Amino acid sequence: MPGETEWAIVLLSLRVALVAILVALPFAFVFAWILARFSFWGKSLLQALITMPLVIPPVVTGYLLLVWFGARGMLGGLFNDVFGLTFSFRWTGAALAAGVMAFPLLVRPMRLSIESLDRGLEEAARSLGAGRIVVFLTVTLPLLLPGILAGAVLGFAKALGEFGATITFVSNIPGETQTLSLAIYSLLQSPNGDVAALRLILVSVVISIVAVVASEWLQRRLSGGRT
Amino acid sequence: MSDTLFVSVEGQVGSFPVTAAFTAGGGVTALFGESGAGKTTLLKMIAGVTRPAKGRIAIRDHVLFDSARGIHLAPEQRRIGYVFQDARLFPHLSVRNNLTYARWAGRRSEGLSYDRVVALLGLEHLQQRAPALLSGGERQRVAIGRALLSNPALLLMDEPLSSLDHSRRQEILPFLETLRDETGLPILYVSHEIDEVARLADEIVLLQGGRVTASGPAEAIFSRLGSHDDAGALVTGVVTASDEAFGLTSLDIGGQPFQIARLGFAAGTKLRLRIRARDVSIARALPQAISVRNILPAKITAIAGNDGPDCDLTLDIGGQTIVARLTRKSASELALKQGEAVFALVKAASVDRGVLRG
Repeated sequence: MPGETEWAIVLLSLRVALVAILVALPFAFVFAWILARFSFWGKSLLQALITMPLVIPPVVTGYLLLVWFGARGMLGGLFNDVFGLTFSFRWTGAALAAGVMAFPLLVRPMRLSIESLDRGLEEAARSLGAGRIVVFLTVTLPLLLPGILAGAVLGFAKALGEFGATITFVSNIPGETQTLSLAIYSLLQSPNGDVAALRLILVSVVISIVAVVASEWLQRRLSGGRT
Repeated sequence: MSDTLFVSVEGQVGSFPVTAAFTAGGGVTALFGESGAGKTTLLKMIAGVTRPAKGRIAIRDHVLFDSARGIHLAPEQRRIGYVFQDARLFPHLSVRNNLTYARWAGRRSEGLSYDRVVALLGLEHLQQRAPALLSGGERQRVAIGRALLSNPALLLMDEPLSSLDHSRRQEILPFLETLRDETGLPILYVSHEIDEVARLADEIVLLQGGRVTASGPAEAIFSRLGSHDDAGALVTGVVTASDEAFGLTSLDIGGQPFQIARLGFAAGTKLRLRIRARDVSIARALPQAISVRNILPAKITAIAGNDGPDCDLTLDIGGQTIVARLTRKSASELALKQGEAVFALVKAASVDRGVLRG
């Protein structure tokens, strides 16, 4: 059975990943919406920018986060002054790194589901007297839920497994920034850590499988047998 | 019937210009035209989905669009029920919640009662179903009910039967007739199916290449519709008697007796008959010993024909118009000329009917 420190690692990882996804999700939805519904100058540039974390080396992303969101970074100072929120060498920084890395994976499924939504349904809803906001809440959003969920699960899995950007940005501090992946890495580096590493590996595999199965089940329920 | 809908618009969708002006009364106005004639574009302008470049759209004294005064109401403010070709039921809601959508999401007040609409369209047993589990005909009936329950001042129907096969159409047409006769709601009905128009329309607006080329009462316009094969005319008559033994109904059409091989109409019922041009023959003299039951004195008002094998005669029978299709050779041998009196022969068994309001 996993011991107390191992549970702490698992809980920290879940917290980092969940916070990352919950905070990133609304932003990702807005970008998915903009990319799906509007055409404007610089759209492909925005698209490329959002895809960035997926294609550049995670270490580079981590370094850029360190430069911008570190204690002396421009944005880091701003967040510290305005919200009293520090990122460097804190679990919040790990969440930020996870959120940034997961962002493209959140946007893509949501964008696809927004694009494939039959806009005729919104047209029909408006002819029945519902204004734009009511149509969004009663027709658009419910029909997009499976896509949003798909994005969230994909992003959650990515956030949970994030390694390169996290270790570069907030280092590998037990109890603060040492998530599952970092802990497994550390254990594998130390002699006699193999067994403990294996336990954490099993735990991370179980979490991933549970997340995927749960999302499949939820999607089936949300789509009400439509697919 | 006084005019309810007033439309006069100019606009463009893509590279396709639409310029249309027409008025419509209380019953069913059929917007008829080939695909690409601009029918759907016109409906979208009326519904507020597409904005015309200029013009005016009003329902009675309620102005929906007026370019001169800068009025362009949002679709949800227009009180126009829209029945789409593809039903567009909300897939995540039950039939009941689809039907009541305008009430709970659109804040629309009660017009027709829920129970009445459900009964009118035969939806009692479908209310708990998911739209995905409905047949095409059922889906379209729910869509019609949903539009009705939004308490509309006008109903737009964009080829509501076009996605259905023949038997499903026959299933829905009676519902549409009931709707027309019982609710009194003005309906703008887009179609390129001549059968539907013959059966439902009180007035017809003919649209060609984005322009209105004719409009008026169905009987006056109908003979100009349709492809070569189903050209014909609409006439109205009043039922005078029924012959139960032989299954015949007698009518009075503009003072002339007329028989059709159908039963089930009470005396005094107003019936509309569709007489296809190819079912009408012409005789110079009153024929003797002939099976054709309807032999009507008629006057030739126009002869239309070109170098093709046949020509169309427009005939006046007691103030109503019918069309006869003859071979050009017959017309030539009989030396038929405009203004001459002839006999029009129509088989009792060849007539389609549609019931009109009494």
